[in-house]
Amino acid sequence: MKYVLLICDDEKVSPSMEEIAADPAYQAYEAEVNRRGAILGGARLRPVAAATTVRVRDGETLVSDGPFAETKDFIGGIDIIECDDLDEAIAIAARHPYANRGCVEVRPVWE
Amino acid sequence: MGMNAPEAVRAAVDAAFREEWGQVVATLIGLTGNWDLAEDCAQDAFAAALATWGRDGVPARPGAWLTTTARHRATDRLRRDATGAAKLRQLAVLERAPTESLAEEIPDERLRLIFTCCHPALPFPARVALTLRTLTGLSTGEIAKAFLTAEPTMAQRLVRAKRKIVEAGIPYRVPPAELLPQRLTAVLAVLYLIFNQGYDEEDGRRALAAEGIHLARTLVRLTPTEPEARGLLALMLLLEARRANRIDDGVLIPLEDQDRSRWDRALIAEGLTTLDEALAVRRCGPYQVQAAIAACHATAPDAAATDWPQIAALYAALTRMAPSPVVELNRAVAVAMADGIPAGLALVDELAESGELDGYYLLPATRADLLRRDGRLAEAATFYEEALRLAPTDAERRYLTGRLSKL
Repeated sequence: MKYVLLICDDEKVSPSMEEIAADPAYQAYEAEVNRRGAILGGARLRPVAAATTVRVRDGETLVSDGPFAETKDFIGGIDIIECDDLDEAIAIAARHPYANRGCVEVRPVWE
Repeated sequence: MGMNAPEAVRAAVDAAFREEWGQVVATLIGLTGNWDLAEDCAQDAFAAALATWGRDGVPARPGAWLTTTARHRATDRLRRDATGAAKLRQLAVLERAPTESLAEEIPDERLRLIFTCCHPALPFPARVALTLRTLTGLSTGEIAKAFLTAEPTMAQRLVRAKRKIVEAGIPYRVPPAELLPQRLTAVLAVLYLIFNQGYDEEDGRRALAAEGIHLARTLVRLTPTEPEARGLLALMLLLEARRANRIDDGVLIPLEDQDRSRWDRALIAEGLTTLDEALAVRRCGPYQVQAAIAACHATAPDAAATDWPQIAALYAALTRMAPSPVVELNRAVAVAMADGIPAGLALVDELAESGELDGYYLLPATRADLLRRDGRLAEAATFYEEALRLAPTDAERRYLTGRLSKL
């Protein structure tokens, strides 16, 4: 099955790409995902300060600053994975460093 | 006529329903992965049994007959409307799966089913409802009634849970060793609930208690190093041992007034052995503590010989492990018996003050009972009357009425 991991936190810390690349916790996560041959794609997102939300209402495009929802945690990245079942997806999500301070939402892909 | 008399057939089908429903559903889900199809075809198989067993006699192995019939129904249904790829895949599996094994031993698929029903990605009420529906065959209406929920709400809960299992990819399996301990906790809670569901009934759903015990035994076999599964089994056995005495002539009989010579000694012995095996692992948990409390009652030769200080200490331990106002109420009773009524009443008063047990009949019933023992009869009467208004069953109401009239 395909899942998208929505990797969320409160954005209190925002390490650079270089810091992340050097962080053993991220290296361990990457090694685990590779070991399982699970990764299909993914992206790290810029903080919500850089977010723009688009809505179309009555034919008019409404653009606003910020994320679509006011919540404590924001989506900071996504990983698209392919694995056997929800238990494996949970195991991978639990290895993501963000799971320790934010949360990872596991969403099956509509196939 | 003999075996083929309608009532004999009905009795055989009822018995098979209690024993085999979960097994038939579990096997069909294992083969097709289609939960609705499994339930529908199990239902069909039992309906077919009613019609066929009267004519041909009750088969030697009702479970195998029912599973085979349900499988044929599933194949027919899938052939008839197998348009989607998923259904064609299910059909292919059904037609490929060997049938010979059905004449022999049917492997117990129920464990896979229960671990799936109790998966932590499902909301807890849905786990309980789904386990009851698929493993015991309790109808949606009956489950709704047991949980004081409207039937459409319960039906929706079941539909959503089944949809999530399929869409989120919850695996149909017994979890691997590394996941087993955490997954077991949810299963234990569900099994205990199933057991209690049967325990509190006078007859109709008695098989639920037996089913709870059977599933607990299976769990113990599967997880021999897990003391809490054993603790739960011990608890069930020790409670079951005195169940027959709990209600007499439709009236609830409190523990202290039960005829202990009628308790089931074999079940008590097995419960005590099981508890000893659990405690020997030296990893205590709430079910082992509850079983230890039940063991204190089971081994007291009469009510006066009950080791109340020990029971109060065990309840205190339970409060630390699994705090709940109901446990606190039980502790209050033990404290009253061990340290004197006023000490227990003070704890009950605190609980009443907190409002956590508002509407729970055992709060006023316990209060009334302690006041009665303390000779404060007028106050006791007030609380017996309150308990009477809240009591959920006739047996409990009759007991309370009896107490009230004897004040």
